[in-house]
Amino acid sequence: MALDGNEKREFKVIGQRVNRPDGIDKVTGKALFGADLTAPGMLTGRILRSPHAHARIVSIDTSAALAMPGVKAVVTNADLAEPQDDFFRDIKDNVLARDKALYDGHAVAAVAATSRSAARAAIRAIKVEYEQLPHVTDVDDAMKADAPVVQAGRADESVPAGSSPNVTSHFEFGHGDLEAGFAKADTILERSFKTAATHQGYIEPHACLATLGHDGRGELWCCTQGQYNVRTICSQVCGIEATQLRVTASEIGGGFGGKTTCFIEPVALALARKSGKPVKIVMSREEVFRASGPTVSSSSDVKIGMTKDGRITAAQAKLRYQGGAFPCGTVEFGAQAAFAAYDLDAVQTLGWNVLTNRPKEVAYRAPGAPMAIYAVESVVDELCQELGLDPLDVRLKNAARKGTLASYGPTFNDIGLVATLEAAKAHPHYGAPLGENQGRGLSCGFWFNFGGNTCVSLNINHDGTVGVVEGNPDIGGSRASISMMAAEELGIGYDKVRTVITDTNSLGFNDVTDGSRVTFAVGLATIEAARAAIREMCKRAAQIWGIDAEAVVWEDGAAKPSGPNAGDHPPMTLAEIAAVMDNTGGPIAGHHEVNADGAGVSFGVHLVDTEVDTETGATKILRYTVFQDAGKAIHPDYVEGQMQGGAVQGIGWALNEEYIYGEDGRLQNAGFLDYRVPVASDLPEIETVILEIPNPGHPYGVRGVGETPIVPPLAALSNAVSRAANVRMHELPMSPPRLLKAMSER
Amino acid sequence: MKYVKPDSLHAASVLLAQETGTSRILAGGTDVLVQLRSEMVEPDLIVDLKQLDGLRDITAEAGGFRIGAAVSGAEMGEHADLCAAWPGVVEGVELIGSTQVQGRCTMVGNLCNGSPAADSVPGMVAANAVARIQGPDGERDCPVLDIPVGPGKTSLAKGEIITSIFLPARPANASDAYLRFIPRTEMDIAVSSAGVNLELDGAGTVIGARVALGAVAPTVRLVKDAGAALIGSRLDDAAIASMVGAVEAACSPIDDKRSTIEFRTKTAGVLAKRAALIAYERAGGTS
Repeated sequence: MALDGNEKREFKVIGQRVNRPDGIDKVTGKALFGADLTAPGMLTGRILRSPHAHARIVSIDTSAALAMPGVKAVVTNADLAEPQDDFFRDIKDNVLARDKALYDGHAVAAVAATSRSAARAAIRAIKVEYEQLPHVTDVDDAMKADAPVVQAGRADESVPAGSSPNVTSHFEFGHGDLEAGFAKADTILERSFKTAATHQGYIEPHACLATLGHDGRGELWCCTQGQYNVRTICSQVCGIEATQLRVTASEIGGGFGGKTTCFIEPVALALARKSGKPVKIVMSREEVFRASGPTVSSSSDVKIGMTKDGRITAAQAKLRYQGGAFPCGTVEFGAQAAFAAYDLDAVQTLGWNVLTNRPKEVAYRAPGAPMAIYAVESVVDELCQELGLDPLDVRLKNAARKGTLASYGPTFNDIGLVATLEAAKAHPHYGAPLGENQGRGLSCGFWFNFGGNTCVSLNINHDGTVGVVEGNPDIGGSRASISMMAAEELGIGYDKVRTVITDTNSLGFNDVTDGSRVTFAVGLATIEAARAAIREMCKRAAQIWGIDAEAVVWEDGAAKPSGPNAGDHPPMTLAEIAAVMDNTGGPIAGHHEVNADGAGVSFGVHLVDTEVDTETGATKILRYTVFQDAGKAIHPDYVEGQMQGGAVQGIGWALNEEYIYGEDGRLQNAGFLDYRVPVASDLPEIETVILEIPNPGHPYGVRGVGETPIVPPLAALSNAVSRAANVRMHELPMSPPRLLKAMSER
Repeated sequence: MKYVKPDSLHAASVLLAQETGTSRILAGGTDVLVQLRSEMVEPDLIVDLKQLDGLRDITAEAGGFRIGAAVSGAEMGEHADLCAAWPGVVEGVELIGSTQVQGRCTMVGNLCNGSPAADSVPGMVAANAVARIQGPDGERDCPVLDIPVGPGKTSLAKGEIITSIFLPARPANASDAYLRFIPRTEMDIAVSSAGVNLELDGAGTVIGARVALGAVAPTVRLVKDAGAALIGSRLDDAAIASMVGAVEAACSPIDDKRSTIEFRTKTAGVLAKRAALIAYERAGGTS
């Protein structure tokens, strides 16, 4: 995006560590989350879920449930609308199964009743006749010719003839002559990898409160990463005009990408419409695990050729992702991201998206990238070990930089990879001594980042304070960051700005809080809205002074006369202009609407030291350092928090987290006891080093930072553990039984 | 659902004996409330015991300690004399749940929940602890070893309540230790575990040894051969190897979502070895 020379590099507010505006509300319990709202006459909604991995629904008899005291409505798929588009029809058939239950936990019917116990009793009274079908949950099994067919006829035109019916799409990226490249290599390694499906593990389960009267007007309060997206989905799935459904986002107890779709909201609306009463649905943790959106699980083959001095001559990756029972596009991101950190003459990535009898995957920070880059960075590390090369020097030797033709097509502009690698090399961590059974792992990571549709209003109040209105739920501290950018641009204090996140009927459309887009895109729109307000304030000052608006400039939060004919007027501050705005033309506000591009890719480098207990296979993390290019860190605490949080989630993914399915195709660990996220005592302080290589696409140079940090930990941990245990690991998680077995077989 | 706070243990026992539906006893509630919330159980009767006289006391008795059924893990951890005498028992109890759970959870609850992986049980069995039981017709004593009979099942008859645990007197040069393996460092359930209780003579030779294992069989296992392997030794490598062999032979675990037969068996031996070395050092031995 052309910025017309409006870049700003000297800051007063940006870069400070100001208090977060939502902090006190959250620690005192005042903040309202998804389950915290009630309405008069409200009913409890509850969902009946399939106990089978794959079954035809022969019949659903709801008569006994409906006859029970306190039961006000029962709904099934037949109570929803008929969206024409596959995307919305899949959401509809996921929130309430149509003719088949496609995975353990798939919603089949729902009730609304006057109490929790009445709803529970009613659920038990619904009689569903199932005809069990063969199931498949593993990606490689699902690609076999004789695999059970999850959904027939879902392959798109990209799928090669002869593929399993469970393959829904196929992608290919790359350039150069692979054969010639591999011929130049001194060593070629080809390895296969598997990664388990993981869950975002957000603390707040999905929750909503829906009202939908007979007048066709609806109100929906829900925990989401995007109220406009919820409105779009529910409008389609329930058959409501967009303007008649007002969606308000609650405070959000974590999302990480997992709250970018709908699981319960259309069901609550359907129950509300049928019962004529407000309906609240709150998912249990078990329901969240069984029937929200975990990541894909993957199987991959990576082949890389390298010269003795560490130059990569050719590279190829084949990625197979299962994304559950509905088509997904996630392997495309993996195939694009796999070799993004490298400047390669010959590279090819191939990807297959595959259906299985599991819940449909949803985004989880940099969706699709961690498992692809895990495989690539593992092979690079093993090549370094075989050739006796320093893994950081090899990354530097092959690093993508400005002008590199990326493996997925574009030519990179200003990127921070080389600077990030050099920072890691110069850091004391890289040269620190290691003890017995200890190993150091390194990995690069990458994410594209996103801009997207954004709409912001900025209102000047009579007392000199400023209200910013935006439409993206705050999952990473964005209210603070947005207020900071408004304050910086206007030249006023951070404490004079309040940013609120509004409902769908109060502001133009905004894309979901995803793609690390909010600080970038909403920040950009806020800065532009502030500039619009500044232009108006300069005009008002000019009017008061009786001079041309062009003769007024905005400096340090005040309008000042400027130029030879401007005259000698004392500056008018924002507060002084605001106080008299009723007399100079009325309210002053700035707006900006944009479909932002220029988000600017982000690279990170992670370093980790581990120690392996050779008798138990337990891995201890001794030291962890994250290096990442943030473009410009608006609020460094939040940037560091993203870097640390991504590292911790990646550590969980690498060591213990996994969806475990039994022979019966049912999820065995639908709870935090047996789905093991890291606990505080598992972790050292995650050290962070922020680099600031400005993104030319943002006035302050901002790059999104939220997703890149979950990408490197998988390979960084695998490389560290493989070196510590003296055995190369090719599967995640590296749980103690798996690692002990590998050590016993080395 | 009926919730009752009876006036006496006898009254509680009678109530439980007469209940025809499902009943649960509430002391700390750290299992019962979780089961209620997750809808694993819908009891018809809940009998709350924690307010009854004596149930929250740790008292000296016959040179040992009697620990009431409603004494919390945190209260045990802050009892200096108990910690000095039975550090292995206390460290097992203190591994139950989180810091918050420690304020409520009880050793007896942990025992009666019947989990083969219960963290307090191998330590109690290694200590030769005895449970005092109130029934509708009176009191009886029973070794803790004989309380669990299978996953989720105990030998208690209908209406019977464990009211306290007795830990016997400690001779000189004796101590104990408990270790478990979990994939994380906290907030987890044992994949395998071992409690070891040792008594030494003045020269550091083992004259008494009890080794108990958790999570490697349907119930806690007291491995007599493992204890016997240590007696007469100063925990030299041969004695340890012999004990580890006995431990591995006593394991009959399952493959499940938490681990494998192979891993549980192997780590049970590793933990027993490490716990024995800790207990030995605590007892004043130097190998």
